[in-house]
Parts: sequence; structure tokens; C-alpha cells
Amino acid sequence: MSQEAIFEKVRSIVAEQLSVEADEVKQESNFQNDLGADSLDTVELVMALEEAFDIEIPDESAEGITTVGDAVKYIQEKQA
Amino acid sequence: MVEGLRRVVVTGLGAVTPIGNNVADYWEGLISGRNGVAPITLFDASRHACRFAAEVKDFDTAGWLEPKEAKRWDRFCQFGVVAAKQAVADAGLSIDDSNAQRVGVAIGSGVGGLLMMETQAHVLADRGPDRVSPFCVPMMIPNMATGLAAIAIGARGPSSAVATACAAGSNAIGDAFRLIQMGLADAMVCGGAESAITPLGVAGFASARALSFRNDDPATASRPFDAERNGFVIGEGAGVLVLESLEHATARGARVLGEIVGYGMTCDAYHYTLPSPGGVGAAEAIRLALADARLEPESVDYVNAHGTSTQANDSNETAAIKSALGAHAMTIPVSSTKSMTGHLLGGSGGIEAIAAVLAVTHNQVPPTINYSTPDPACDLDVVPNQAREHNVNVVLSNSFGFGGHNVCLAFRRMA
Repeated sequence: MSQEAIFEKVRSIVAEQLSVEADEVKQESNFQNDLGADSLDTVELVMALEEAFDIEIPDESAEGITTVGDAVKYIQEKQA
Repeated sequence: MVEGLRRVVVTGLGAVTPIGNNVADYWEGLISGRNGVAPITLFDASRHACRFAAEVKDFDTAGWLEPKEAKRWDRFCQFGVVAAKQAVADAGLSIDDSNAQRVGVAIGSGVGGLLMMETQAHVLADRGPDRVSPFCVPMMIPNMATGLAAIAIGARGPSSAVATACAAGSNAIGDAFRLIQMGLADAMVCGGAESAITPLGVAGFASARALSFRNDDPATASRPFDAERNGFVIGEGAGVLVLESLEHATARGARVLGEIVGYGMTCDAYHYTLPSPGGVGAAEAIRLALADARLEPESVDYVNAHGTSTQANDSNETAAIKSALGAHAMTIPVSSTKSMTGHLLGGSGGIEAIAAVLAVTHNQVPPTINYSTPDPACDLDVVPNQAREHNVNVVLSNSFGFGGHNVCLAFRRMA
């Protein structure tokens, strides 16, 4: 899956999970500061990404994922 | 009433009910005899013994909740918070740093976030523990309507969420009354919220043989005090009141709708679900509320009954009212608004306290609809089928819950 395709899929999941418009979700968007996610939203979002991409995101890794771009990069590496 | 206690008044009302999603529509529904009961739409009930309920209809959260809140929150929290915001707006009460510590919230719920718990139990079984939502616990605990309402209005004073089943809303109002009387809060946003019309909730109440199974004619299923009654109809929604010390309300020039003057509560200590024979526990709760209010039984003008439409409740409640009010009981209207709203469980005390207060402000008594066949064991004047003009100065609201909880609240016109 290309980086562009991963981003599009992440963007739609993030928009759905956090009840924001897809346009607001950019590579550099920070989940907490820009998209209004709290700690519980973040846990749920990680679960949704795990399901959607059929990957495991351990808590240690999840802590380092603070922006949409971080998530895309992490997923891309996992799938490589 | 003990000397030195403060007087407490009602200054705001908020309601989300099966017959109207604000107080004006709710009251108009009560007086016109609107029926809130219909086939279940919230889930596929085709396998259930009971396939109808009194659902909240066309619930629009726009302007009340953020989209994320409307998506995340369990329905009982949404009803509770919207009703709380309506009540605070109705009271014209502003809450800021100067008074936040003196304003509290007490919204009871009998069941809590049942749908969240139920859904996540399926996730656990089907997909494993690591997939259980982080919102499972916060959304299923029955105090979360209180917690979220406090966040929404910025109330940092006393906060609690009593869970005495179908008496929870009335207990919450009574407890809030006491806190203000004793000077521990100046204002309380209080009532009940419930949403248990779920596959498990309906199945559970059906198995307990509490529900009517009148699937061929749901609109006539909730028929309190009628000889053909055969169970309650599950409802959902929330009713929230703003109570304030008279002093606080007067100082800010608030409109006063009525005064809360009495709170009685007892326990049957008898059975999980059945009332004690003769309604002795309920009768004592009524007597305690009158004594608390320093009112004679003869001063009561109207009773908003618990009146669930179960065989056991309605006959025992009739006995309880006659025991507590004596011969006077036969001379006053005693109606059950559950005939229209269904039974909101922990939410019922909230919306029925509102009906009681509005009976005073309007001098009107809502009917008991679906009444056709008299039952000798329920021989009070139940205001059959038509609302009535009636001078109401003192009103009682009864609520009883599984576990044997009995609560009676007394309100009166501001003297």
C-alpha cells in the first residue's frame, strides 16, 4: 500500500473516530492538540488502526505516535 | 422540617421524554393525553417476548452536544446532560468561579450505560479483551450522567448519583433538597436519567415478568390502575430540576415555580421485586414526607402516583395512599403519567417531579390514559383519560424501586 493510500485510509478513520471533518486531518495534525483527542480517544484510535491495517501497535510504540504523519509512517514500516 | 433548615424552591426544569423533548412539549403531551408507546425501533426485537416500548423520538442533540459527545456518550448520559442544560437555562442560573463550588449535580440512574456494557460484552467474547473499548467503563457506570452534566455546566459542588432502581430520580431530588436545606449547597441540578431499552434490558425485565406483553396493541399496554393491566412498558429519557435555597433564588431575582417541602424514604425489606403486602413501606414513606413538610394528609390536593401498570404495584400503592391519607384519599385526584410516558425507571422520578410542579403552576392534573375497566383493588379517582382543571397547592410524587425502595416527595405552591 502506498504512503498516499495509507494516509487516505488513516484520514478517514481519524475523522470518523474523532468526529472531525476529513479536510481537517493533515499529515502534520497532532491528535491531541489539533484534533481534540483525549487519552481515551487515543487508545480507541490505536485499536481502530490495528484492526484496519491488521497490525499490532504495542503501547511503547503508540506513545510515540502523536501526529497523523507518525501513524502513517509507522504503518508503512510495519507493512514493508 | 427541622428548625434552622433553609427553605428550598424549584427554579428550573428540563425534560427529554417519550412524549416530548423539552418541558413545554412534555407538559402539553401530558395534558392532551399523548401516548408515547410504540413498537421498538432501537434494536431488532423480533425474538423478544415484549416488542414495544416508550422510546424518545427524534432526539436532536444539535445545539446541546458536540458531535463527538453525541457519538460517544451512552444514551442515558445524553438525555441527562441535555435535560440538565435545559433546566439550568430555564432557571437563568449562571455558574462561574464565584459560585461553582456551591452548585452541585445529582442525577440518579437505575441501570446506567447498559447498551455500552452489552455491546462490549460481545466484543470481549468475539474479538478478545484487547479490543474492549476504553470508553466501556466510563460510559457504563451509572454516575456518568452526573459527571458529564457537572462538566457541561461547570458545577464543582456536591455531586452524587443514587442508584435505587426506579426510585433513583426521586431519591436524587430528595437528597439534593436535603443538601440545600442543610446549607451544603446553594443550588442543585437534580433528577434522573435512563436508557435501558436494549436487547438485554428488555429481555431481563421481561424474564422478571415485570413487562406487559400486549404486542397486539402496544398503545393500550400501559394502563395503570385498570383491571386489565398486565405489566409496565419500559420507557427512557430524563427529567432534571434546579433546586435552590429560597434565599439564593430571591437574591438573584429568580422565577420560583414552587417549593419542595417534604422527602420521605423507607425500604420494604421484603423481596427483590415485589412490594410489601398492603404497601406498608410505601405508606410510611408518604407519612414521612408529610411529617417532614409539616402537612396534614387533608392538605394534599393531588398525588402523581408511581402507578406502573403492574398488578402488584398499583393495588399495593392504592392501599398505601389510602393508609397514609385516610378518607381524604378518596376525595382527590391520583393519576399515573406512566400511562403516557411508559416507565423511565430511574428517570421516572425526575419527569414526574416536573409533572407535579407543573400541576401546581397550571392548576391542572394530567390523566391516567387507557383506563377502561375499574379494579376494585384500585378504587381511587385516577383521573380517567382526560386531564382536569383542579386547584393544586400541595402535591405528592411517589416512586418505588426494585430492592424495596420507597420515596415520596412533597411540593407546594410558594406561600
